[in-house]
Amino acid sequence: MIGEGTQSTNQRKHSFAQDHVEVGFFTDPSVCIGCKACEVACKEWNEVPDDGFTWTGNSYDNTGHLGASTWRHVLFVEQDRTKGNQIAGPMSLGNDSEDPFRWIFLSDVCKHCENAGCLEACPTGSIVRTEVGSVLVQNDVCNGCGYCVVACPFGVIDRRPEPLPDAGGAFKCTFCYDRQKSGLTPACAKVCPTESIVFGRLDDLRARGAARVRTLQGQGYDDAQLYDPQETSVGGIHAFFLLLGEAEAYGLPPRPQIPTIYLKSSWAAAVVTAIGAIAAVGAAFSFFA
Amino acid sequence: MPGLGTSFGRGGATTAQQDLARSDCILIEGSSMAEAHPVGFRWVMKAKENGATIIHVDPRFSRTSALADIWVPIRAGSDIAFLGGIIRHVLENDLCFREYVVHYTNASCILRPEFRDSDEGATGYFSGWNEEKRAYNHESWLYEGEGLSYPKRDLSLQDARCVYQTLKRHFSRYTPEMVEQVCGIPPELFQKVADALTSASGPEKTAAICYAVGWTHHSKGVQVIRTAAILQLLLGNIGRPGGGIMALRGHASIQGSTDIPTLYDILPGYLSMPRAGKDEETLQDYLEKHTNRTGLWQQFPAYFVSLLKAYYGVRATSSNDFGYAWVPKITGDHSYFSFLYKMLDGEMEGMFLMGQNPAVGAQNARLERKALSRLKWLVVRDMVEIESAAFWYDSPEIERGELKTEEIETEVFFFPAAGHAEKEGAFTNTQRLLQWREKAVDPPGDCRSESWFIHRLALRLIEKAKASGEPNDEPLRALDWWYPETKDGEPEMEAVLAEINGWKTTPEVNATGSVFTHDRDGQLHHGPQIDEYEELKDDGTTASGCWIYCGVYASDGVNKALARQSNDYLGHGWGFAWPSDRRIIYNRASAAPNGKPWSERKKLVWWSAENKQWTGQDVVDFKKDKSPDYRPDGHARGLEALPGDAPFILHEDGLGWLYIPEGLQDGPLPTHYEPLESPVNNKLYERDTNPVENWFTREENRFAPPGDTRFPFVLTTYRLTEHHTAGGMSRFLPHLAELQPEMFVEISPEAAVGLGIKNTDYVCIVTLRGAIEVRALVSRRMRPLQLNGKTVHQVAIPFHWGSAGPIRGDVANDLMAISGEPNVTIMETKALVCNVVPGRRPRGKEFLPWLDSFAPQSGPAVLHPEQPPLGAPSGGKLESGHGQHGKSA
Repeated sequence: MIGEGTQSTNQRKHSFAQDHVEVGFFTDPSVCIGCKACEVACKEWNEVPDDGFTWTGNSYDNTGHLGASTWRHVLFVEQDRTKGNQIAGPMSLGNDSEDPFRWIFLSDVCKHCENAGCLEACPTGSIVRTEVGSVLVQNDVCNGCGYCVVACPFGVIDRRPEPLPDAGGAFKCTFCYDRQKSGLTPACAKVCPTESIVFGRLDDLRARGAARVRTLQGQGYDDAQLYDPQETSVGGIHAFFLLLGEAEAYGLPPRPQIPTIYLKSSWAAAVVTAIGAIAAVGAAFSFFA
Repeated sequence: MPGLGTSFGRGGATTAQQDLARSDCILIEGSSMAEAHPVGFRWVMKAKENGATIIHVDPRFSRTSALADIWVPIRAGSDIAFLGGIIRHVLENDLCFREYVVHYTNASCILRPEFRDSDEGATGYFSGWNEEKRAYNHESWLYEGEGLSYPKRDLSLQDARCVYQTLKRHFSRYTPEMVEQVCGIPPELFQKVADALTSASGPEKTAAICYAVGWTHHSKGVQVIRTAAILQLLLGNIGRPGGGIMALRGHASIQGSTDIPTLYDILPGYLSMPRAGKDEETLQDYLEKHTNRTGLWQQFPAYFVSLLKAYYGVRATSSNDFGYAWVPKITGDHSYFSFLYKMLDGEMEGMFLMGQNPAVGAQNARLERKALSRLKWLVVRDMVEIESAAFWYDSPEIERGELKTEEIETEVFFFPAAGHAEKEGAFTNTQRLLQWREKAVDPPGDCRSESWFIHRLALRLIEKAKASGEPNDEPLRALDWWYPETKDGEPEMEAVLAEINGWKTTPEVNATGSVFTHDRDGQLHHGPQIDEYEELKDDGTTASGCWIYCGVYASDGVNKALARQSNDYLGHGWGFAWPSDRRIIYNRASAAPNGKPWSERKKLVWWSAENKQWTGQDVVDFKKDKSPDYRPDGHARGLEALPGDAPFILHEDGLGWLYIPEGLQDGPLPTHYEPLESPVNNKLYERDTNPVENWFTREENRFAPPGDTRFPFVLTTYRLTEHHTAGGMSRFLPHLAELQPEMFVEISPEAAVGLGIKNTDYVCIVTLRGAIEVRALVSRRMRPLQLNGKTVHQVAIPFHWGSAGPIRGDVANDLMAISGEPNVTIMETKALVCNVVPGRRPRGKEFLPWLDSFAPQSGPAVLHPEQPPLGAPSGGKLESGHGQHGKSA
């Protein structure tokens, strides 16, 4: 909770890596102030290069999306809807009745899926699952084939373009694996001033997320919900979110799937096609026979 | 700001940010706290989680508004009208915290019969106005009778001449309808704010107000803060947990920069800077003028003489007035803007720039850059080559041919500076908290700290002065520059802190309670540290570099600024809050007059009858053993003269001042004046603008008259989370630069349609001073306002860009005028008028003719009907300084 100071799970030292405890991020936009400290702390700690100086004109978002050089990304969503019971008016000239507006910030990150598309697609074994349940790219093993890029249902992982350092390899959030090995909190959670990003045990966080949704709904946030797709082939995510409104508004797929579930049907289709082709060839020969 | 200083006694935030979590309602106005103070904003979020109502009043729907319960769009520059409306609501409906108001404020004090309010006849002038001098005579503003000690009071608050009744009359015209017409806030929304604030008042509840430079950068900034102070006193919110006024400071150690000031008219600890002239000729004259008969300032001579002892050491003796003659005396307005004009006129030869980038950060920056080019020499210390160091070869003026490199004679010395992690020292932040900063790494290459630079400079100057034998150099020779050094040649910063804390001046061998006992020559230098400012003496036996910091490095030998173990919710044990580690000041007011807490829920300190002393969760801001029923005999002096129920111990009467009988230049009560540049005339009074304002009239610094159709938009400025002020510390860092890489203007969809522009289009913002090119960020976060049937569009720009570094943009301050609020000489950057011209700004020589077509660059210097002509007295100031009543940026 905010204001727990050194008692907060974001600030305490831990032994999750030694104890092989599954950890997670719970990111809550209802308390996010859009300061982007998470983006900066992530880049500073992990020595991620800047992404280019391009002003987008899309609210205050100038890093655009997650990618090889943006591992935390704060979305700035302006919507013509009400945020809880917030009074924000008058909205515009001559119409001070029903004309709501809200501005929501959400810090997006790699989801560290239970069934990870990138990991399954990786032919070199560069992408592995760690003892805390996170998905890690080992950059010294990665050969830059890019299979993981298309296999991620969230569009998180990407290859780093020239002329940036380590160009060609695939990069994404490491869940600050190096920090975790030393009992430290991931950099983004550590610096979050309002504890919109909370780091901790996955089971604790899930309970906490559910409670937060109930609290918010009681406070007039009718559209508060958790985004933690456990029923789809992704099988749940380690970095899950509280959302106000629909997932699509945040660029999140409502029902994310990993590509390998299509293997069975595509193999079946291939088999049918093959049999058909053989049959056709046979039929052709029998015609000449 | 003297807004807080005159109202309560000290020019600092009354509370700690952690304490905001205990509020029931938080009003944030004149600040985008979530953006500019994101870390402190966690406590606002905590309060919200606890059920508090968060209100944000701002022209812009900012990141703070996004998290607030209520966002109130307001016209920039109309804050006094809005807060005045709430004050009227409280007074008319009898919603004040009456027992608090009667006992702890000067509501009951009787004013002189000759006092005339600005409200009488709606002139906008108080009694005592002198049109010729453009200043007030303050005589008629005083309490009835002699002086401010032991004022005549009517505790029933019925006397027609008491402050309470005067206040009621003064604010009677600030009706909700008036608020709507002046601020553009509909009455229903106004009512919601008024209800939220008044329902969070009384024994069981408290509300806090947070502000920043959105209130100070106005032609009436001090009076905006005064309005908030009046409201908080009426609601009984000062000195109580969850209450107070949080002055959010602009950057690290801004509070510190007024406590130990970088200002020309005060000395450390808010002691008045001596002025040349008869009444401050000698030390006795000076002390007599500034020493109050009653209250804490009765000890003024002890604070001042101890400061002189810190400056001049053994050379300050009672026989030479402790070196009073060596202290520089003020002879006029020596504020930065006056220097700027002197530079322009070739009357100033050289300048040191440290921690400042005026080519970007100073108002009327085009003029500023030209002024720099007329210096003979300029020393710039910074971490990167900022615009102020590069103006002579890379600036808009060079590009446009207004300045030519080969014609600029300024010799620029650029010194590389250490960053904050590369040097040691203390910051004093927003909540008066001194925090020691340890050096983490050595600075790269030749980079050095400020302290190293100043120390070396001082040593050389003193050496030169010793060699010269000139009488003028005597003040330098007299300095006690004793500081021991580290092995890197840095002065020992903890030794400086020890001197600031203060010590007994008589050296003692191996005395307990002494630190850094020997000077740089190895001589025994001073005696034991003192523990409290009460120990300071006016006889030369004590020295203290800043009396309000006493206790930070006391005789226990512990540097408390370095303390890092917070042991309660107010953060005691982490750093040191002046004065005497009191986290919530005036906290005597957290208990009822009888010494018992107002309520269990809001208890902080209280009188323990068994132990015969004050006790509680904070260090009491009161004489520890003064019983609540103590009454002075009418002749007592100093703190003895204040009764046991007078919490504001710096004031002569011990009361919180709803009405300021002495100490402000522009009136004892806040009055709504329009900004110097406004789209409308003043709806409330005949006078449009603050009469005492210093306009710094000059041809290159002109103001548009009210309602000028060439400049139909209201322009306001703000800061982004991603950048730091003039950008020297952020624009050059790729991880910050990429987050906000380009200068833009926020503009409403309605205004964009009117201009025929789309999001991301280039537009130019034009004022009489200049024009800049920006990208349009069209968003519903900006809203048009209806003022008395007139539609007013507001646009907002951040101010971080300049012509150096990896991300470049036009300078917002090219648009701003130089002006001086009468009490603190601060400029008005938060409310002015502009034009928005679609398209890009012409480059090179085509710029000036183009600018001329939108904003004629020649013609009379004075366009505003209320602006005094060239050469007229600047008004207001010089009568007395900010000293004692405190100020800060």
